Amino acid sequence: MADSPQVSPPRPRPLSPHLSIYKWPVTMATSITHRATGIALSAGMILLAWWLVALASGPELYQSFQAAAASLIGQVVLFGFAWSLAYHFLNGIRHLAWDLGYGFAVPTANRSGVLVVALSVLVAIGVFVAAYAMLPHGTVHP
Amino acid sequence: MSFETPLHRVQGLGSAHSGVSHFWRERVTAAALIPLSAWFVISLVRLVGTSEAETAAFFQHPWNAVLMGLFILLSCVHMTLGLQAVIDDYVHSAGQRIALLLLNRAFAWLIGALSLVSLLRLAVG
Repeated sequence: MADSPQVSPPRPRPLSPHLSIYKWPVTMATSITHRATGIALSAGMILLAWWLVALASGPELYQSFQAAAASLIGQVVLFGFAWSLAYHFLNGIRHLAWDLGYGFAVPTANRSGVLVVALSVLVAIGVFVAAYAMLPHGTVHP
Repeated sequence: MSFETPLHRVQGLGSAHSGVSHFWRERVTAAALIPLSAWFVISLVRLVGTSEAETAAFFQHPWNAVLMGLFILLSCVHMTLGLQAVIDDYVHSAGQRIALLLLNRAFAWLIGALSLVSLLRLAVG
């Protein structure tokens, strides 16, 4: 059987899906972003632990935390954390609605996806505007 | 045909032996984290610009300590379940997967315990 003439040499089989040639639909982009923000928030839990440990350990550690948070890199990271949380929060509600059977029609899912992206940016900016408004007058950085 | 009784099948909870508990716990913690994370962000914003002593005093209030404790606990559970789904989906070598799943657990326990012990110290200190 091994040298049977019917057996053709193996050739590469077509593979699917070709992720790189698809136009990304809204639902696909929002789904992978949900994962990405979940991973980012997991890393952000290190910051939460750092903050609480510093707060419980005394002024020296807390001042170094505050200095890191107030730095330009710190502010960028904190904005990334705020946006990730806003996005994961809003898109998570979208997922829970799907689990209950609502909003599965493609046009509805596309519209709710765009709404979640837009709202998450607005919420993150709103949180930062509110946080900067809490700073004592005259200070540029926290 | 199968001679398995329905009871035996249900007790085994399927091939993973955990039934739908991963799916269900992920949803329950997600629902609980909706009000908790909203409270967390509002509290953080209100603490911006306050002194270290004022921030520490915030956690001495029982409500704040309890809500923060629940936020940490449920975040760690939700995080472990979510990261486990990512590892299960993308890591195909059994050895690497088991190593990462253990690391995932260790990370959540470490972050959770550090945060909760610090919180406890602030709350009762």
